[in-house]
Amino acid sequence: MNGTNLLKIALRALANNKMRGFLTMLGIIIGVASVITMLAIGQGSKKSIQSQISEMGSNMIMIQPGGDMRGGVRQSASSMETLKLTDFESIVNETRYLSAVSPTVNSSGQLIFGANNKPTTVYGVNEAYLDIRRYEVEDGDMFTSQDIATAAKVCVVGKTVVDELFTNGENPVGKVIRFNKIPLRIVGVLKSKGYNSMGMDQDDLILAPYTTIQKRVLAITHIQGINASAIKEEYTDQAIDEITEILRRNHKLRETDEDDFTIRSMEEMSKMMTTTTDLMTVLLAAVAGISLLVGGIGIMNIMYVSVTERTREIGLRMSIGAKGRDILAQFLIESILISVTGGIIGVLFGVGAAFMVNILVHFPVSIQAWTIFLSFAVCTFTGVFFGWYPAQKAAQLDPIEAIRYE
Amino acid sequence: MNKEKGAVIRLENIKRDFQVGEETVHALRDVSFTIHEGEFVTIMGTSGSGKSTLLNTLGCLDTPTAGEYFLDGISVRTMGKNDRATLRNRKIGFVFQSYNLLAKTTAVENVELPLMYNPSFNAAARKEKAIESLKAVGLGDRLQHKSNQMSGGQMQRVAIARALVNDPAVILADEATGNLDTRTSYDILVLFQRLHAEGRTIIFVTHNPEIAHYSSRNIQLKDGRVVSDTQNEHIQSAAEVLAKLPVEIDN
Repeated sequence: MNGTNLLKIALRALANNKMRGFLTMLGIIIGVASVITMLAIGQGSKKSIQSQISEMGSNMIMIQPGGDMRGGVRQSASSMETLKLTDFESIVNETRYLSAVSPTVNSSGQLIFGANNKPTTVYGVNEAYLDIRRYEVEDGDMFTSQDIATAAKVCVVGKTVVDELFTNGENPVGKVIRFNKIPLRIVGVLKSKGYNSMGMDQDDLILAPYTTIQKRVLAITHIQGINASAIKEEYTDQAIDEITEILRRNHKLRETDEDDFTIRSMEEMSKMMTTTTDLMTVLLAAVAGISLLVGGIGIMNIMYVSVTERTREIGLRMSIGAKGRDILAQFLIESILISVTGGIIGVLFGVGAAFMVNILVHFPVSIQAWTIFLSFAVCTFTGVFFGWYPAQKAAQLDPIEAIRYE
Repeated sequence: MNKEKGAVIRLENIKRDFQVGEETVHALRDVSFTIHEGEFVTIMGTSGSGKSTLLNTLGCLDTPTAGEYFLDGISVRTMGKNDRATLRNRKIGFVFQSYNLLAKTTAVENVELPLMYNPSFNAAARKEKAIESLKAVGLGDRLQHKSNQMSGGQMQRVAIARALVNDPAVILADEATGNLDTRTSYDILVLFQRLHAEGRTIIFVTHNPEIAHYSSRNIQLKDGRVVSDTQNEHIQSAAEVLAKLPVEIDN
């Protein structure tokens, strides 16, 4: 017996018992819908955490000097002078996986404007730093490469700095503030980013050309670090490998030498933070999976009833030439039909429910193709698994007894 | 008369034992006979005579414990389940006492059923064959009637059409008139006699001795043995009896 005929028989059998078929399906519908919804919620919260991290620059890579030993004493990163501007230039010129690179030097000190003063950190960077850290200039402009070349006394300030120094509400752009006696003219104000997920105020900073900080504040020629961003988060590892290679070559390190710098990526941090949400997703899906299992048992139950009820039909089919495997296929297809139809309806309900959760309680949800695919696969498997035993029972009936079954 | 040439069924010393608990029940003890093409044989016996077991054996639903059974020249005794299923599909047409039609299914679809299990028929050929069969039993005007919209007689006709659809070597009827009233029973017997006249081989298993009058040969079973096997020289016409039956006047 071919597939089309088997499908027709199964459809007819279901049509003859619409209510029963529907109730059986309901178990699968609820199971699949809850799996889809729970996964959507789990994935949604993972995504929202990821996007928070990505606001800080999820593809950010930080290079610091370090790992240097002098007479067996490991030195602190800030006291090291192993990173040079030439390293920065090599990285800019040679890497393929970085979209923005900035040298960093920083200095802490007291900021003064009029009668107000506050301690803060000034970061010496280039224009690319805005892209790397996802800052935006809200008012005024970023300093230019011209400013960097001339070590101009200009700066861009964060919102917190503005709020604390300009208490009278005057426009800070164009005003001159003093940092450790060095006058810096404010050319722009950064858009507020608020606190990050570690509780740090991301608006309490000043950005100035790195040359200005090097020459006028710190009087150094080396740089304290390099910040960069990979063209995409996925390329972070390649970028790190490439940077390592360039720096080792520049620093003339031998095979056996340790790196005299450390490279960290935001990706590592993001991985750590999403572990929690992954666990939550698994738990939610497991609970939902149990309801799918219960739905499967429902199918098994109803298929048993169906086999018993149709014993005479099975007997007849066998006596006019149906083989055991024809009967097996007939009942198996029926149970798969129930589970797959239930699965399709369940997916629709699940997607709908996920959106309802999003709209009504504003919980972030994210429906991914693989969750739908997985649900379908599980459904079909449920149909086969729970349909197999009853179908097998039907196929093994003795036609002599089956045909006379009352 | 060359009897061997047209032998459709040949039973040689068939024995069938059942194990019931500690006891062995001998349902058939040494049954032998040959049925030739075109015969209309009634097999009679009281309950417990072994006629059901014989029917199951003849229908390839069961295999004998000992002895040989040839259906259309093919030895059945050593066949496996699947081979017997195929053999039933090609060589046997079953007619049951309780019709055994599929519920909520049209006459045509019911008749098509045996051909569904024969891959050499496609959908169009199946339908054509089924309609042809239904016309042959006089139901050409009820092709699309569902089984629950038909009378007992009509249902049995559909069942007979189903038995004819695969052009079987033998039609096996099991108490085919048992569920019908007298008039409808004769109706069905008329149909069987017509099929016999057309050259079909029919085996009719029954406990009703009257039916033997309308067949060409009668085999009697008792305690698992054939006690008589007689040719009927004076076959009665079921059609004539039917004509003489008082017509029930409704309304």
